[in-house]
Amino acid sequence: MSSTSSSLKLDWAFAGCGVAWEVLATYVVHSFGFDWYTAGIDGLVSTVLLAAACWLINNNLRYYQPGRGSYINLFIWCLSLAALVMGGSRWLLPLINGQDSYANFLSQSMVIRFFTNFLAIGWMAMISLVWYAQIDHKENEKRKGEAERLARDAELYNLRQQLQPHFLFNSLNSINALIGFKPDEARKMIHQLSDFLRGTLKKDDQQLVPLTEELAHLQLYLDIEKVRFGHRLNTEISCDNLCGKAMLPALLLQPIVENAIKFGLYDTTEDVTISIRGEVEDGYLIIMVQNPYDEKTTRPRTGTGFGLRGVQRRLYLLFARNDLVETHANDDIFTTIIKVPQV
Amino acid sequence: MKRVLIIDDEPLARMVVREYLQDMPGIEVLAECGDGFEGIKAINQHKPDLVFLDVQMPKINGFEMLELLEQQPAVIFATAFDEYAIKAFEAHAVDYLLKPFSKDRLHKAVEKYLGQTPAQSKKQTEQLLESAAMSPGQHERIVVKTGTKVKIIPVADVLYLEADDDYVSIHTKEGSYLKNKTMGFFEQTLDPRQFVRTHRSYIVAVQEITRIDPYEKDAHLAILKSGAKIPVSKSGYVKLKQVLGI
Repeated sequence: MSSTSSSLKLDWAFAGCGVAWEVLATYVVHSFGFDWYTAGIDGLVSTVLLAAACWLINNNLRYYQPGRGSYINLFIWCLSLAALVMGGSRWLLPLINGQDSYANFLSQSMVIRFFTNFLAIGWMAMISLVWYAQIDHKENEKRKGEAERLARDAELYNLRQQLQPHFLFNSLNSINALIGFKPDEARKMIHQLSDFLRGTLKKDDQQLVPLTEELAHLQLYLDIEKVRFGHRLNTEISCDNLCGKAMLPALLLQPIVENAIKFGLYDTTEDVTISIRGEVEDGYLIIMVQNPYDEKTTRPRTGTGFGLRGVQRRLYLLFARNDLVETHANDDIFTTIIKVPQV
Repeated sequence: MKRVLIIDDEPLARMVVREYLQDMPGIEVLAECGDGFEGIKAINQHKPDLVFLDVQMPKINGFEMLELLEQQPAVIFATAFDEYAIKAFEAHAVDYLLKPFSKDRLHKAVEKYLGQTPAQSKKQTEQLLESAAMSPGQHERIVVKTGTKVKIIPVADVLYLEADDDYVSIHTKEGSYLKNKTMGFFEQTLDPRQFVRTHRSYIVAVQEITRIDPYEKDAHLAILKSGAKIPVSKSGYVKLKQVLGI
């Protein structure tokens, strides 16, 4: 609402300037001894042409912000627009008043017309440049602010997820069982659980970590789940040296793998293989997570649960892109593909 | 001698129950099952006196498994965390164990069971199932038994439901299945934005309707994509118009 009303105000200011310019131009031409009619037409035509040029440059700058190196292009643009406006006047005005004295005046005033036009257009370009840069900056700030807020939410969500009652209590129950007849394994599981929880707590959500580090953290989680579900759960992780060094936001994969395990294990009674594959391609780290599912009883999850939505949102806020998460479901295999741009 | 069955998808969770039960006199563990399907088979085969049952299991959960049994055994639930399940347990005083639980806690639950008559515990289980079925998250699918097989019908596949004596016939593209429930039950549990009870004996999936034709006085017929014609009563027509926004 406020943005449209402020842009309306700007339009009025622009129109006001135009009128003032027109009056001024008319007065100047009149002061050279032409009648009010001729002066008025001259003022009107040159102002309309100038306004069109100003509108053009403003609109260009709204969608395209020149980088530091390309100010020269902008300068050339202003020059050529000024020349165009001048040419327009030169061609149009003699049609209205064919007197020799006026034609003479026109050709003599071309240089001054060109420079005033150039100054006006250049001024417009400067104002637009500053204005849109400021809007852009504001939007960036907003996005950043939201990214931070979401990171906090995600952290809380992660906390709740990892201290996820289901996971935690079931793990404790497994430890309780192991203490009876495999005390060493119970001890090992306690250590894994502690390392996993600590890893979750200390991670900063804004931070980028190498894939190897993320996978090491995931491995702890998978090892715990393997103790719980025994032989039913198998995992395949593949990632070469190159992609191990690729960076991604910390804890990004956790909700995806959790989802995969949940649907994999609860959607079939058979053994389940969760595969995680990473590769680097065209400046992206591409991670593919696959789990089996039963297409007869589970609808392909298009938008999918909060976990995946959260991942999508996080990637959007970090990279301003919505096309970094993809899911496919076919042949009883559900695939989630995440792309992380490498900077 | 009380004969006991343990149903849980986590091997270690089953082991704990077995271990705790070892030194209880008069208790014999018959078998362990890793999912609801095995559970149904084992219950029908062994007819146990008492079942230890996990709630969250692959394919069908503990409640859905019980629904498919003709005879309800006495049940002690064991679960880690499930808000709705716990609410249902509390409402019906069926004993439940929150994982991880102690040996004493399990013994207490067994003693409570031993102090009840079989009729008492059976009734409790039945009431529990009723209220568990009402909880959200249970309505995305309907579990039915066809012969010895268990069929899971996603609610999105249901075309319409039809009353059939003491049963409800669930019609899908692949065929129809009988479920031992009432029309009132489905009317209450299915999403009212997707399913409308158009008639005393019919509930229709709204998105399956292609047109509604007048039929005799006050009555209408809803024509489904599949070609089926479903009676729509006067009051059913009012409800249908509301949902369709016409």
